Amino acid sequence: MIFIFRIYISFLFLSLIFFAFNKNLAALSKENELVLATTTSVENSGLLNVLLPLFEKETGIRVKVLAVGTGQALRLAGDGNADIVITHSRFAEEKFVMDGHGVKRIPFMRNRFIVVGPKNDPANLKQAKTALDVFKIMADSGVTFISRGDQSGTHQKELELWSAAKVKPKSEHYLETGTGMEATLFMANEKQGYILTDEGTFETIASKISLERLYAGDPILDNIYSVIAVNPNKHKEVNASGAQQFIAFLTHNSFVRNLIETFKHTRDGRPLFYIVPLILKFLPAGFTLYILV
Amino acid sequence: MALQWWPEVSEIVFLSILVSGSATIIASFFAIPLGIFLSLFQFKGRRFLILLLHAVIGVPTVVVGLCLYFLLSRNGPLGWLGWLFTPAGMIVAQTVLIFPIITSFAVTHLLGKTKEIKETAILSGATDLQLLWTIILEARLGIIGAVAGGFARAIGEVGAAMMVGGNIRHFTRVMTTAIALETSKGEFELAISLGAILILISLGVSFLLFSLEHVGEFNDRDKKY
Repeated sequence: MIFIFRIYISFLFLSLIFFAFNKNLAALSKENELVLATTTSVENSGLLNVLLPLFEKETGIRVKVLAVGTGQALRLAGDGNADIVITHSRFAEEKFVMDGHGVKRIPFMRNRFIVVGPKNDPANLKQAKTALDVFKIMADSGVTFISRGDQSGTHQKELELWSAAKVKPKSEHYLETGTGMEATLFMANEKQGYILTDEGTFETIASKISLERLYAGDPILDNIYSVIAVNPNKHKEVNASGAQQFIAFLTHNSFVRNLIETFKHTRDGRPLFYIVPLILKFLPAGFTLYILV
Repeated sequence: MALQWWPEVSEIVFLSILVSGSATIIASFFAIPLGIFLSLFQFKGRRFLILLLHAVIGVPTVVVGLCLYFLLSRNGPLGWLGWLFTPAGMIVAQTVLIFPIITSFAVTHLLGKTKEIKETAILSGATDLQLLWTIILEARLGIIGAVAGGFARAIGEVGAAMMVGGNIRHFTRVMTTAIALETSKGEFELAISLGAILILISLGVSFLLFSLEHVGEFNDRDKKY
């Protein structure tokens, strides 16, 4: 009886090993696929659904999109499991390049972060002149503030602002969700609290919630998206040429650059994404991009 | 609303069934014989192994997903397979996850029965192969239940599918990861609709599997005469 089992198990394991070694099962031709790790805000804006079919038509490269948080996107790329990243967190991106994982940080489009909150605005953000004022007011007035809490680009920007304003909201008023931007906005809506969000996501779900945009416009709230090719010297398996083609597509193709600014608009008629002027592409990574034309 | 999404929804549903179905078949090929083996033979450490199998079911699927991520990562030991962020990787993840479920379910059902069957069969002079076949027939309900339970768990699994598959549109998006995505986007209605489809499919497959119970009955009828 045991003999039967032994034969069976050996057969199973042998077929599994044969199966695994069969080269046909290993990844398909790498040149035709590009793994892009990006953030949920980029994916949910619908921009990629517009750009990627064009890119495939032009170059024949199919792009596989991993839409995760900024932290995870950079981690996946740092492990060599993605070929290119698009994220919006300057410090994390610069560290990524400095650690040798990325070739070069290339800012290519931007939109803005805004502060939204309940219609009646109990914290009275109207009196604020700058973004740092806004954060000081929110911390001091004890209103509920909802944070992403997940190392996403939005979360990192929020933390930078608290630290720049030299304030911290009290823990009983500070809620960290750990979920995506939309889910966090829904929670903020339930709690009628204040929240920092990117304008694009807010525009997408504004009709479903009662929160309103209460502060915008300070250049420090600019949300800059950069594309970084993963360094092929450090990660041999990446599709380096595909990554470079994609970067050229995003930054040198004027039709694409126009498309980025026109594919979607906010409710008050402004583009959802602005392109970053090409000249800034050539500046060193350390340049403060908060000062923009 | 649903009609314009139908091509994409059907893509997602098809992939779910393909991935979970493959995982269930592969896992069953290992798990069912192991279940029969464990119920037939008493050996030192058998009790511990059965306990271990039961305990392992409780591991969060995300943790299994993370472990597989490290294994399948390009620089990892199995990176050369290139299975990360592919359906193949997801099949591996789900196979690993449901293997203990199918095994422990089968063992639990078979433990009482196989001893009797073995004794009766040996008395009537059955060969090993006949004994095996009799066990499978008599215990088919337990085996079917184990496989159905495995499939249900596989098709409803999110954590590992997300981690190993990446929820890539058109490539590795399955029902569960799509539901998670739509939920995070606030599209609760769409998420629930997908959930309903998922339950229907799970029900359908269970129904199909359990109807196999009646296959053995024709054989029994023949044997009576």
